[in-house]
Amino acid sequence: MNILVCIKRIPATGGKVSLTADEQEIDTRHLGFTVSPHEECAVEEAVRLIEANGGSSAVLTLGAEVSTEQLRDAMAMGIDRAILLETDGREWDAGSTAAAIVEAVRADGMNFDLLLFGNEAADTGDYQVGIRVAHALGLPCVTGIKSLEIKGGGAVAKREASGGWDIFEIPLPAVVTVKEGINLPRYPSFQGRLKAKKKDIARAKPQWNGNQMEKARLKIPKEQEHQVEILGNGPGAAPKAVEVFQKLGLFQK
Amino acid sequence: MIIALIEHDRGKLNESSLEMLTLGRGLGLPLHAVLIGEAARPLADRAAAFGAATVHVVQHERLAEYAPEAWAQCVVELIESLKPEAVLASGTDRGNEVMAHVAAQTRLPMAANCIEIKLGNPCVVTRARWGGSLLEEARLNGSTHLLTVAPLAVEAVESPARSPTINTVTPTLDDKVFRVRVSGRVEAGAGKISLAEARVVVGGGRGVGSAEGFKPLEELAELMGGAVGCSRAVTSLGWRPHAEQVGQTGTRIAPDLYIACGVSGATQHLIGARGSKHILAINTDADAPIVAAADYAIIGDLHEVIPALCAEVKKAMA
Amino acid sequence: MSSLPNQANVVIIGAGIVGNSMAYHLARLGWKDIVLLDKGPLPNPGGSTGHASNFIFLVDHSKEMAKFTLDSVAQYKEMGVFTQSGGIEVARTKERVDELKRRVASGKSWGIDGLHILTPAEVKNLVPFINEKIILSGFYTEGIGTVDSLRAGTIMRERAQAMGALTVFPKIEITGVDVENGRVRGVRTTQGNIKAETVIVCCGIWSPRIAKMAGASIPLTPAVHQMVSVGPIPLLAEKPGEINYPIVRDVDFNSYERQHGSDMEVGSYDHRPILMDPDDIPPIEKAALSPTEMPFTQDDFDPSMERALELMPFLGEYGVRYAINGLLSLTPDGFPILGETPEVKGLWSVSAIWIKEAPGIARAVAEWMTAGNPEIDPSGSDIARFYDHQKTWTHIRARTAEGFNKTYGIVHPREQWASNRNVRLSPYYEREKALGAVFFEAMGWERPQWYESNAKLVAEYGERVMHRRNEWDSRWWSPIINAEHLAMRERVGMVDLSAFAIFDVTGPGALAYMQKMCVAQMDVPVGRVVYTPLLNDHGGIKADLTVMRLAANQFRVVTGAFDGMRDKKWFTDHLPADGSAALADLTSAWSTIGVWGPKARDLVQSATEADMSNAAFPFGTCQWVDFGPIRALASRISYVGELGWEIYVPFEQAGRLWDTLWEAGRQFGVLPVGIGVYGTTARLEKSYRAYGNELEQEFNLVEAGMLRAVKPQDFIGKAAYLKQRSEPPAAVLCSLTVDDNTSSSGIKRAMMGREPILSLDGKPLEDKHGRCSYVTSAGSAPSLGKTVLMSYLPPDYAKLGTKLKVEYFGDHFPVTVAAVGPTPLFDPENKRMKG
Repeated sequence: MNILVCIKRIPATGGKVSLTADEQEIDTRHLGFTVSPHEECAVEEAVRLIEANGGSSAVLTLGAEVSTEQLRDAMAMGIDRAILLETDGREWDAGSTAAAIVEAVRADGMNFDLLLFGNEAADTGDYQVGIRVAHALGLPCVTGIKSLEIKGGGAVAKREASGGWDIFEIPLPAVVTVKEGINLPRYPSFQGRLKAKKKDIARAKPQWNGNQMEKARLKIPKEQEHQVEILGNGPGAAPKAVEVFQKLGLFQK
Repeated sequence: MIIALIEHDRGKLNESSLEMLTLGRGLGLPLHAVLIGEAARPLADRAAAFGAATVHVVQHERLAEYAPEAWAQCVVELIESLKPEAVLASGTDRGNEVMAHVAAQTRLPMAANCIEIKLGNPCVVTRARWGGSLLEEARLNGSTHLLTVAPLAVEAVESPARSPTINTVTPTLDDKVFRVRVSGRVEAGAGKISLAEARVVVGGGRGVGSAEGFKPLEELAELMGGAVGCSRAVTSLGWRPHAEQVGQTGTRIAPDLYIACGVSGATQHLIGARGSKHILAINTDADAPIVAAADYAIIGDLHEVIPALCAEVKKAMA
Repeated sequence: MSSLPNQANVVIIGAGIVGNSMAYHLARLGWKDIVLLDKGPLPNPGGSTGHASNFIFLVDHSKEMAKFTLDSVAQYKEMGVFTQSGGIEVARTKERVDELKRRVASGKSWGIDGLHILTPAEVKNLVPFINEKIILSGFYTEGIGTVDSLRAGTIMRERAQAMGALTVFPKIEITGVDVENGRVRGVRTTQGNIKAETVIVCCGIWSPRIAKMAGASIPLTPAVHQMVSVGPIPLLAEKPGEINYPIVRDVDFNSYERQHGSDMEVGSYDHRPILMDPDDIPPIEKAALSPTEMPFTQDDFDPSMERALELMPFLGEYGVRYAINGLLSLTPDGFPILGETPEVKGLWSVSAIWIKEAPGIARAVAEWMTAGNPEIDPSGSDIARFYDHQKTWTHIRARTAEGFNKTYGIVHPREQWASNRNVRLSPYYEREKALGAVFFEAMGWERPQWYESNAKLVAEYGERVMHRRNEWDSRWWSPIINAEHLAMRERVGMVDLSAFAIFDVTGPGALAYMQKMCVAQMDVPVGRVVYTPLLNDHGGIKADLTVMRLAANQFRVVTGAFDGMRDKKWFTDHLPADGSAALADLTSAWSTIGVWGPKARDLVQSATEADMSNAAFPFGTCQWVDFGPIRALASRISYVGELGWEIYVPFEQAGRLWDTLWEAGRQFGVLPVGIGVYGTTARLEKSYRAYGNELEQEFNLVEAGMLRAVKPQDFIGKAAYLKQRSEPPAAVLCSLTVDDNTSSSGIKRAMMGREPILSLDGKPLEDKHGRCSYVTSAGSAPSLGKTVLMSYLPPDYAKLGTKLKVEYFGDHFPVTVAAVGPTPLFDPENKRMKG
């Protein structure tokens, strides 16, 4: 089978985030880059499915030249080839991103059985690129998947629902957006890195047609002022904690 | 006019829809609610109680089970007939999913997880990015604005009750929109409290030290009738299953009390714990971010503190 | 937590391994009321200590660094945080095979044992997962190991607290340093101000920023060292414990592989130098990991990854679980930056220090702060060593970038820096260039090492020139040096000595002050030149220099370029508080030409009307002499053992004087002579000691054989000096000659210094203080036709004619003690110089 995974380069935030002076981006001066956790799992899932079922995998991203770093990371994990839809680095909204991906999928000539996405990107949280791609390509789409099995000509996908699971049986080809937890992604190995380094990256420059949703500016939400009450040090603080539990009414059934 | 998609599962209301209605009724336009499937009809009164003047009940024999594309098709038909200014849904998995299908089909822009909405053309929204740790002010250009409302962004408040006008519609749904539908369901284990719905969550971080280290946390959770959670570091280390992960890419919890043990408090984790009404941090480092984010803290080694807590809780409950 | 005091005896800024070590050692030495601050949390405040790979290799070519390391290991062991694993440096090239032998020799010189050269098979035996096929040899040191540096820091902090000497305040940031009249008065912090007369900057990569707040310089730059952790590897996880296999340094590719539990840490210094601006280091709250763990840049690491895979193929299949661009401190000369800043009294730097040497350095600095006499001489790391130009960003960036890839490099002892040259040019520079000078750098000065225009002399002197057939021995060297030497001893040479540091001490209290500073009698007639050592309070040798008494209240001090700024601080620190003596730095005002050789008097006399005869101008005196329109100060002394003068001339007239002397010298066969002769060959033939080689704080004047009558006046270190004189020396500085330079491969070799001296049965010689004998200086002595070595020998061996050995690149060469004490090998009665 043939699988395409779509990923996006995002800053690896960890500490306090600050913005650039024009309030358009996160200040990435001190930050490295990665992909969303969901997408990392999508890459891992693609690698596992190909390992199990045979076939070929490709990874695609839309972004500036620097995004090749993330494509190579994916190839280091075991993806066979990579496609860069090169932009000038500006943010494309979900609609234009999906359109560019659709065009690239059509141009690629490969008949993908599965298009994997993260459920949503960690940075923009749009929740819609995969679905838009599915519609444009006329494919079925399941989202938020945390278990995926290939069975016959189709797939069985599971997603969490109020403590249990909803099960979807879908025909292939299909678009599946996955969530972290579907697997535990591997770390790229030295060998994987070296292989990835030697691979070519296919490139295309999609046409920029403007965003329907325009980012005016980013804001850092105001931190809610609140005081922490230190109940004490060590096990001696336990009685005081239980007093708090009672005050909060936690022991009332 | 604004139409608001009420989220339910086989007739069980998802409470965040009420937050969405509360926000929607303040936007200055008549608010219409949409209930998909006959099973949802009884929810019309709740919708009205939270501000919906008109409720559209979509009736179709194949809508008993959730099917995202079919739901979207219903909304699309309503958009075509009602030409609303905006469509609202909750920023939940299903809400975002249905709305994205609507957006894909209509080629309209969609803004997910809004916390503030100013209708108009363009429509100006403030929406959550990075799980809410960053906000974006965005402008949407489109005939109808497709917006989902971030959970917990507004408090659900009832409006003076009115009896709603009920309008039953029957959509035309072809087979294609049922390509993807829930075909089976595994219910949550009996007696097991789901993390997302637990009143008490006992969460462990890297500071727990090992998979075995979670034993006392499990005991405390059980004593208090709660669920065990953990940080992303812990699932990455393989100590606990991902289903227990609290965070931006795990479960968003909303308990009355979250007891965070040996959790440093990375942004990704705090996003998932934000819905907690109270947080008690147990940590050796008084300067850890989780302590700053907490309401109560015990500074100390969780391996000593938790057994003492268990003992005290037992005493209190006896 | 107690609240921040508004006063302290000493404030230590930075709670990494260095700050904690400082707190402990100061407390141990009786300091009280110490406050330790850090802007980060404890126990890991986010500096370089927190991400260090924490392993310790023992051998370093620098004695100072090796001794700091050995002392640190002893301290870590005492704290119970050291795990001995052994360590191997592997050679992939023939040149490295030799270098490893040289490292063994350095180890022996510093008294390290358990050093072995291994075959590839023997390496494989210790490290079963290594690809032994690509290595040629290994240098195994048994005593190498790893430490828990965070734990060590906590232990030391807690010990100081238990002594009641220390209070610790994490998460407090320094916002300013108060300075009044050149003295530190306290620090300002985010939580209030603390008054303190002593402030110690232990902030690693942040040290320059703190120093700048006080108006001082700590010339270092943060730079990236890449490190990844690969695992989990079942083979490594098999045995319990953090480390079960020797650490491997793949030195030819500037990288290492170090087991850490089930993972292998691979670190590299092989990538392009990635220097940071200290202001670009993220604040703690904005850093994804910690401020010193910057985002990894994969492309930079790729070549190292390939090399690691060649050496340890099994690494290929495991995941990279952690990868950082870790920040560490680099300095322009690679040495730490220790001591009180010359700019601000009471402000101390203990910066640019690695885990391996931190506790040892802290002990030395604490001793320095307490009694002024560290057991391990920290002169090479003294912050006072820097000239102003070496504190500029241009210099720091240039030299750290150049030095970075030499981290594990094979650095020749004479190797010259390529970057940021031509900073300090003497007035003769263009003339020297025209004469084919090959310039070596001395603290920014460009000094001719030899002159290609003298090449023809090589043939002229034929067999007497001591050629070097080995490439290493002849690197950064020329046989012309030998030829210049021989020609100078027959004719007359002119030597550019502009790099001298020159200070004038003036004022009504000048004499009393100079008496206090100097061992030699300073109450001499005006016009006398005195060579004198300077001691510290404990009789350690602090400096050696010459002083000219120019007037009743004026003394001119002349010292070497390498020691100039350190000496200046020593002098300045001791100036009388009443202002009765003042010191002026005239280094850039006065240039110096040395004119020496049998024809020196003829030359000088023909250029002046002054009487230059021995009667009119005896040895050891100075006079103002007019050379045409130029009035210069001539001083009749010599470091080369020949008749002649050092002639001091104002910079702007120096070119004219050079031309005058040069013209006058033509008829006497004058030739330009480089520092190769001045600093090595001629000096060694005369057994003259050099500071930093023979002379240092660890040795005393008795051992150095520099005894003279003790003056009645008091001077610094006198009591200790008198005591030293009353006891037999532990070692005696001797001159040795190499009996046969032929190596095992049949080539004549030439030692360069720092080699171990061994007994005839190949054992290191150790004196009663535990110091091993090593070569302090080495060089050809063309007038003697021999290679001359100087070395401190235990008294039993310090006897004329004693046969010993010197180890050089694994070979042992026979040597004979040729002089005990200061007796020159050449012209022992100094007839040439004094005639």
